[in-house]
Amino acid sequence: MKKQLLFLSLFLITSALSGCAGNEASKNNDDNVVYVYNWGEYIDPEILTMFTEETGIEVVYDEYETNEIMYPKIKAGAVNYDVVCPSDYMIKKMIDNDLLQEINFDNVPNYGNIGDEYWEMARDYDPENQYAVPYVWGTVGILYNKTMVKEKVDSWSILWDPKYKDEILMQDSIRDAFMVAEKYLGYSMNTIDEDELQASKELLQQQKPLVQAYVIDQVRDKMIGNEAALGVIYSGEAIFTQRENPDLEYVIPKEGTALWMDSWVIPKGAPHKENAEKFINYLCRPDIAYLNFDYITYSTPNIPARDYIEDEDIRNSPIAFPDLSKYNLEVQVSLGEKVDRHLSDLWREVKSY
Amino acid sequence: MSDKRVKLLASPYILWSAGFIIIPLCLVIYYAFTDASGAFSFDNVADIISYVNIKALLLSMAFSLVSTLICLLIAYPLALILSSTVSSNSSILSLLFILPMWMNSLLRTYAWQNILERKGVINGILSALSLPPIYIINKPPAILLGMVYDFLPFMILPVYNSVSRIDKDLINAARDLGAGYKEIFFRVIWPLSLPGVISGITMVFVPSLTTFVISDVLGGGKILLIGNVIEQLFTQDSDWNAGAGLSVVLMVFIVISMIITSNYDREDIK
Repeated sequence: MKKQLLFLSLFLITSALSGCAGNEASKNNDDNVVYVYNWGEYIDPEILTMFTEETGIEVVYDEYETNEIMYPKIKAGAVNYDVVCPSDYMIKKMIDNDLLQEINFDNVPNYGNIGDEYWEMARDYDPENQYAVPYVWGTVGILYNKTMVKEKVDSWSILWDPKYKDEILMQDSIRDAFMVAEKYLGYSMNTIDEDELQASKELLQQQKPLVQAYVIDQVRDKMIGNEAALGVIYSGEAIFTQRENPDLEYVIPKEGTALWMDSWVIPKGAPHKENAEKFINYLCRPDIAYLNFDYITYSTPNIPARDYIEDEDIRNSPIAFPDLSKYNLEVQVSLGEKVDRHLSDLWREVKSY
Repeated sequence: MSDKRVKLLASPYILWSAGFIIIPLCLVIYYAFTDASGAFSFDNVADIISYVNIKALLLSMAFSLVSTLICLLIAYPLALILSSTVSSNSSILSLLFILPMWMNSLLRTYAWQNILERKGVINGILSALSLPPIYIINKPPAILLGMVYDFLPFMILPVYNSVSRIDKDLINAARDLGAGYKEIFFRVIWPLSLPGVISGITMVFVPSLTTFVISDVLGGGKILLIGNVIEQLFTQDSDWNAGAGLSVVLMVFIVISMIITSNYDREDIK
């Protein structure tokens, strides 16, 4: 309550100081717009223009780099986004905290283009498929440079090989970094067992002297630029990086990895819910989903969109569309705020090691 | 000017400082001494006593001390040179040092990343000359370089200002009275330039102590400074209370170091 009062007073002061800006914002509310909040470089910008041309709805587009950065903004309600694209475990957390509203699927008739298996996957975090429409999915694996790594890469263990000191790029996203250590040790990536978490932390600390840098989006550019030999990366980046640098190869390690899925959701209090649904519906159209796949190269759950893919190697690519039964895959689930915070503290212990 | 007019002229500043300095500061202090439920608590401030946070604070201190020292060592001779050159030349020279400030510092830091990278500009030139490459990216020297580069103008300007204002007659008088170069410097120029040096130190030390961008971009996320810890607490963990608690601790450290430097200033002038 006190917090809200503080926010309110702060809001009143800032809006008093910037009276004109406040008026403009409220004017925008009546306009035909949709406020989209998405991951960085996660859509073909052309599609946003096409959407506006076809529907007359203006798109106001913002980007974030991690789920953890997105979450507090939605929770504080500082900006009223209409449609957001979080990952699986984060959607669960948002549902648990009552931050999302049900999607009216009458307004999203194209939802049928999303394959049944992906709706099934989404049930891990959205048990009745009420809140989330799958957008892209993939795995986390190792991207390596064939000219720098001569041996066979099939295990997370290579990321602990002293031979590759200063040649390894690790993910700077807490859950993904811990996933690597947990899978290597044979644990579940959703473990909350204190001994297992400590063991994973110590393993990551051991790895630190070998790591060149902890980065997120930059893994892609650095691998393309031959800056490092090995990097932990999302499968969606693999096809793109191979296009740019044919020496790169993506593998899913034999110990298993994360199967992840990002979906569109509508936050509670979204001012333009119908526009948001139109936007989601537009992205579910096979031709649009194909255009987007071609641009961002992240696996699409849109079944008819795949028929548009001309390059047979990509249409049947084991990277983009792996046979899920062949690998030991696990979906990240929300561990609750307490464990999240604990993991974050452990991650800082790794970083300061 | 009448009192009323002074008050009227000052009102935008008062509004500004109330809205953007006092109220935010009060909010920081409020968050620092409450827990998530809003009850009074010392836990956030006491959070500093952990291995990770103490280490981050000490590292930040060390980095900012060294970068301040390097900035001073570079800026002071430069200020002397600038103040002794003919006036038209010196304004061009000082412009050259201010020019980079016209560009966003974040962009300049990313530019350094490109320059220092393993396959970056410097190593490209070195390998073309068949010289061995240098790897300082993602290591402490890269962070120091970033700090010095980003904050050097903040040292040059105040030092140059105070050095150029020193009355040449004082130097001539000292020489007349038989003082050598060394004595002139240590007994005339240095004490008179101290106010500029002190404000230069403040303007370099404080941003170096609190930065999180430089250590992230040039340190590859491998070196955790106190600024990084605070930034992560706010963004990643959305724990505003803990973040504000550490911010208050950091502010106390800054205030203490400011008191020490300003005391030094006063004693020296006596």
